[in-house]
Amino acid sequence: MLDLAVIVNNFTFLVVQGLLGLGGFTGGTLRLAIPAIVLGFVLGIFIGIARLARAWWISVPATLYVEFFRGVPLVMVIFWIWFIIPQLLRLPIPEYGVALTAFVIFEAAYFGEIVRAGIQSVPRGQVEAATALGLTRAQSMRYVVLPQAIRNMVPSLVTQMIVLFKDTSLASIIGYVDLTKAAQIVNNREIRPFELYLFIALVYFIFTYSMSRIAGRFERRLA
Amino acid sequence: MNYQFNWSVLWSGQSGGWLLQGLVTTLALSSLAWLLAVALGILSGAMRTVPWKPLRVVATFYVEFFRNVPLLVWMFFWYFGVPPLLPWAIREWLFDHAAEFWAGMFALGVYHGARMSEVIRSGIQSIPKTQFEAAVAIGLTTFQAYRLVIVPIALRLIVPPATSESLNLLKNSSVALTISVAELTFQTRQIETYTARAIEALTAGTVIYLGLCVGIATIMAHVERRFAIPGLIARGG
Repeated sequence: MLDLAVIVNNFTFLVVQGLLGLGGFTGGTLRLAIPAIVLGFVLGIFIGIARLARAWWISVPATLYVEFFRGVPLVMVIFWIWFIIPQLLRLPIPEYGVALTAFVIFEAAYFGEIVRAGIQSVPRGQVEAATALGLTRAQSMRYVVLPQAIRNMVPSLVTQMIVLFKDTSLASIIGYVDLTKAAQIVNNREIRPFELYLFIALVYFIFTYSMSRIAGRFERRLA
Repeated sequence: MNYQFNWSVLWSGQSGGWLLQGLVTTLALSSLAWLLAVALGILSGAMRTVPWKPLRVVATFYVEFFRNVPLLVWMFFWYFGVPPLLPWAIREWLFDHAAEFWAGMFALGVYHGARMSEVIRSGIQSIPKTQFEAAVAIGLTTFQAYRLVIVPIALRLIVPPATSESLNLLKNSSVALTISVAELTFQTRQIETYTARAIEALTAGTVIYLGLCVGIATIMAHVERRFAIPGLIARGG
């Protein structure tokens, strides 16, 4: 039988600690997902632009970066950061720092591809017109190309944000107390895996599904 | 950084065997899950386009619910949550026969089936409606029209996105290490534990994944050219 008491009794721990990260452990799905999305996108903009650069010494490394991270599992990247950064810096890094670094580096490759496709979807005439008006290359990118490109990118950007939001569950592998880890902790005590994992599945679903619905509405308004 | 590399840990002792076993497990896990994902994807992808609402609702529910929840949560759900609900005999059999492998395979296949479904649906929807109308006009039933006309064309159209989704599946099979399936990432970690050689072990795992992904992508680029439908780049109608 479904035992909903296990959810009710542990609701505060699951939501306040697991989802929001306001409990005794460093953790929280949202506290990891939101900075990871913002920073990953910012780094992605640079990588996307770098891939389209004329100078080969900019475009080739950017292409290799993207191809490398798209050919490797995220779990592998998390382990890399987990082992390498403490060795490089000679100091222990908390799980939060490891997870955030891994997500930003990894997801920037995917955001970079979206940015590149968005920039390439802007008609050439726009750049030519911007140049004719006397804008420099940086200015035409900043004021003419990017605003239009971002509009074209919205659907794929939201999809990638949803992917990243779901991927943050992998931070639980290195002990970061996010929603998934919080459910594991509760389950170790209560042994109600069916109810607990179904419940957090619903919580994830509420977030991701509403993100995609909001994006759909936004898209129709822009179109 | 003062790090003495010692690459020989990768082939001395048991490491080489572990890596090979990990690779074999990753490939077995991914290919079985891929078959399940493609079957579920074609079925639900086609169901979402048929002119009968109840079928569309069932398929939409499956796709939206399964693809919007993290794979890791599904792994835990299928491995820890579901077996206690199964009849005792089945449970007994499962835990004698690598339950974690089957749970991982099931989680991976059902999750990627929902994602594959979207790829297939967009393929079907990019086929001009007149194809379906023509198939019905020559006397095929809806099921026959799908089986003989719509799905075969859609499968040829979706080779590029289906390839990238299949590579996602291969990479995501690494999540199965959380329920202790001894796949490639798990074995990489094991080598690290036994030899304390993190960089060498991770490099080996990373290179194998990269090789697999680049290899499959190259093969599929040939397949894509081979199966491209001449003159069907632009949509009709």
